Amino acid sequence: MATQQDVTQSEKSAAPRATTQRSESAIRPPVDVFETSDGIKLIADMPGVSKEHLQLQAEGNSLTIEGKMQFDMSEQMEALYADVRSTLYRCSFVLSSELDTGHVEAILKDGVLAVRIPKRAELRPRRIEVQSG
Amino acid sequence: MFEGLWSYEHPLSGQFRRLEEEFDALFGAGTSLTGTRNIRSLPAGTFPAVNVASTPQAIMVYVFAPGLDAKSFDISIQQNLLSIAGAREIPRDEKATYYRHERFSGEFRRTISLPDDADQARVEAKYVNGILTITVGRRESAKPRQIEVR
Repeated sequence: MATQQDVTQSEKSAAPRATTQRSESAIRPPVDVFETSDGIKLIADMPGVSKEHLQLQAEGNSLTIEGKMQFDMSEQMEALYADVRSTLYRCSFVLSSELDTGHVEAILKDGVLAVRIPKRAELRPRRIEVQSG
Repeated sequence: MFEGLWSYEHPLSGQFRRLEEEFDALFGAGTSLTGTRNIRSLPAGTFPAVNVASTPQAIMVYVFAPGLDAKSFDISIQQNLLSIAGAREIPRDEKATYYRHERFSGEFRRTISLPDDADQARVEAKYVNGILTITVGRRESAKPRQIEVR
């Protein structure tokens, strides 16, 4: 099966940064990307993001995922140690034309986002039977 | 809150911060500019990432561990060492072609040294949207007290 590498290898650099106060650099979440005969699946670890703070945009041939982390903090809080120093996730991918961006499905559960991008029905690989004559 | 953790109030603060970040990227968070690391620090990118913050009443530990069952965490505390262990097994679809495989799969354990005033008897944990938040109370004596001048 010929595989399209576009989705996986040409990752676009982050979109122009917002210039609000101190621009916060976004975290690129770790992702798994795999392809089956009927589509591509992308799974991203985005802990702290709820459905309300997740944005998924499929436009033209690009897919952009943005999420804002929420966790309860009090004003008197003082940071002692931090592996995570941003509350913003962002990643974007270039898709290829056989993917159907009109039928993208996404599920967010416990901070894990699963996105399924189906291949256009007419473009799914078909097995061609060889008939003995 | 956490983004300002290592910034300095200095005209060069931006540069220092950037330098620190590069150090972190190279040697893992918790590395100072002299290359000295905390004995329990782990390489950068270790799963799960952890943030620690404090308030006058409690120490808050945030464990960024998405895709787990709240009941599967093994949390223990002993002599100011808080330890969080668990496993996240990600099944691999044998029929699929993988392009990226960045998400962590396997067993993990992280150990965090808590400040001396941590009260082991008052520990609470909750798991929301993939972040495990552990709240450890601080002992009464450690809270700032108002001293009245007579």
